[in-house]
Amino acid sequence: MSNTESASTLKMTARNVDIFYGEKQAINNVSIDVSMEHVTAFIGPSGCGKSTFLRTLNRMNDTISSARVTGDIRLDGHDIYAPDMDVVQLRARVGMVFQKPNPFPKSIYENIAYGPRIHGLATGKSEMDEIVEKSLRRAGLWDEVKDRLADSGTALSGGQQQRLCIARAIAVDPEVILMDEPCSALDPIATAKIEELIHELRGRYAMVIVTHNMQQAARVSQRTAFFHLGTLVEYGETSDIFTNPREEKTKDYITGRYG
Amino acid sequence: MIQIAIFLVIGLSILGFVAGRGRASAFSKGRTAAAVRPHSRPNHHGAHVLLWALIPALLVVASSMALVPALVNDAVLSSLPVAQQPQSQMDRAALLEEVRAIASGQSMGGFIEASQSLVPAYKVANTKFNGIAAALAVLVAVIGGLFGFSKVRPDFRARTRVERLTMTVLFMASLIAILTTIGIVGSLLFESIRFFGMVSPVEFLFGTHWSPQMSSSGAAAGSYGAIPLFWGTVFIGAIIAMIVAIPFGLMSAIYLTQYAAPKVRSWLKPILELLAGVPTVVYGYFAALTIAPPLRDFAVSIGITGASSESALAAGLVMGVMIIPFVSSMADDSIAAVPQAMRDGSLAMGATPSETIKRVLIPAALPGIVGGVLLAVSRAIGETMIVVMAAGLAANLTANPFASVTTVTTQIVQLMTGDTEFDSPKTLAAFALGLVLFLVTLALNIIALRVVKKYREAYD
Repeated sequence: MSNTESASTLKMTARNVDIFYGEKQAINNVSIDVSMEHVTAFIGPSGCGKSTFLRTLNRMNDTISSARVTGDIRLDGHDIYAPDMDVVQLRARVGMVFQKPNPFPKSIYENIAYGPRIHGLATGKSEMDEIVEKSLRRAGLWDEVKDRLADSGTALSGGQQQRLCIARAIAVDPEVILMDEPCSALDPIATAKIEELIHELRGRYAMVIVTHNMQQAARVSQRTAFFHLGTLVEYGETSDIFTNPREEKTKDYITGRYG
Repeated sequence: MIQIAIFLVIGLSILGFVAGRGRASAFSKGRTAAAVRPHSRPNHHGAHVLLWALIPALLVVASSMALVPALVNDAVLSSLPVAQQPQSQMDRAALLEEVRAIASGQSMGGFIEASQSLVPAYKVANTKFNGIAAALAVLVAVIGGLFGFSKVRPDFRARTRVERLTMTVLFMASLIAILTTIGIVGSLLFESIRFFGMVSPVEFLFGTHWSPQMSSSGAAAGSYGAIPLFWGTVFIGAIIAMIVAIPFGLMSAIYLTQYAAPKVRSWLKPILELLAGVPTVVYGYFAALTIAPPLRDFAVSIGITGASSESALAAGLVMGVMIIPFVSSMADDSIAAVPQAMRDGSLAMGATPSETIKRVLIPAALPGIVGGVLLAVSRAIGETMIVVMAAGLAANLTANPFASVTTVTTQIVQLMTGDTEFDSPKTLAAFALGLVLFLVTLALNIIALRVVKKYREAYD
């Protein structure tokens, strides 16, 4: 699997990662690679730790005081939990889209401009306009909202809100985008649009998507990791996982025997 | 006599409760499959008997309290020969009052000759009528109790009746505060209308000269311009106090919600909220004795004219400190109500915690914060003790914070204390001021609650 990929496309590597919430161990000895050219999907039953693991990749678990991470997670070869790694810079490079669309209660324009502004990516109004348009275009939302950029982001439909959140993440020009069940609050049509978007963004950004929908994992990803009870049961080519799983547990899960 | 009757009635009621419950539980125990399933619990039957024994008897007691004195008076008077009966209403009342005082041992002898001779008659009549009332109350309790007891049957709907009464009592309880408020507003309105009959509303609301102490009830004009009072109230409560309370309250809320470790928060927040319970008179001492003199000395030393030891600044600063916990707790609630997803969304884009607070949390919580500030203002302008003690009485129209100004509440206290006549504009002005204060704080509260409610809906 990972040894077939060239080192240059490897974006993030995780080795022997354990995660604890207080005394409770949520992730047990997980090793995984995230590459630029592949979309990586995390699947598994609820409570298996897939979202927890995803959130350690940009250190969002830091906001939970009882969470503790051991092991080695690297972005471009740099340990993201090293003392000299600044978490603010890390999150600018590793963006995140959440389960429930969470646009800020600001205008559509300001939702996108928020990140570039705090990171100083634009020097003037016209440059900011450009970034906003480019981000919205990449997120496939431009045509729908170009005439009402001043409207509140919360006034959009759920699917549009989620694409706004993706556009917002893209606007700060990240290298990795983490998506935590991005379609679980959306209807099938909005879901299809998000999946299409993931296809289009592939190659430009390294992407990791957590999903409880196995068809979705099969449709959007090239690498799949199956988590169960905090351990990584199987990780490999998506087509292998779904057609020819090596582990009995994986087979049971994808055929719907449990979970 | 009546007291014994009341105890007896209560005893009978309790007896009725026990008996009613006992009888009801007997038939629910011995029930056969074919028998009617009892509609109510034994306790409901007991309570029903209790109420039948208690309420009619208490009504008898209450009406006897109103009737017995009049009956006794009649009896006493009619024991006098017609020729000796006092002619005027007032003489009669004085005589009866004296008789009553002697009979109850509060007074040894009277000024009116006849009083001494009437005491025996008074005692006889008093004993007689009170005895009748007491006996009647006990009798009614027994009859009521027996009637209630006779109703105890499996199919009797005691629960419905008891609960209906309970509900009525609860409803009355909820009405008391509202009715009292309506009464207060009514009396304020009534007295204010009397005031405005003497002083024109236009002068009161827009006049700039306030010196009610100078005016006699005849020459009212020109002394009741309340603008200096309104200004003083706004200057202290809405400007100086808020300059202190808003930044400090907001900063403390930000610290408590965003930065404080749970352990720190768990003792800091209760302490802060405890400050809201300090009596305002204590803040008043502090303002008048500790804060005001150094402020005056400072103002004098930098050459500010009109500096007074009772200054707007001293009162406003201390009031601001008093309001900090209030603003802080409202802002704390609003910030904590912003969904965690907003915060995560901002942090996940590489925003620092302080950028997240400034650009996402505060704007999102702003309606709640504004609502909290409005409530704080309405509290500050209604606050009395601090300004009475520290702000002074001179109705100056000045923007100099070191000068003495006066407020609506201070003037109400001034106008209503000491010897007052309730038909002079001087006293009635207090009601007009109270009405204005009531209307303004009411409006502020309504606006604030609407703002807060609208904001809550946005995230539900």
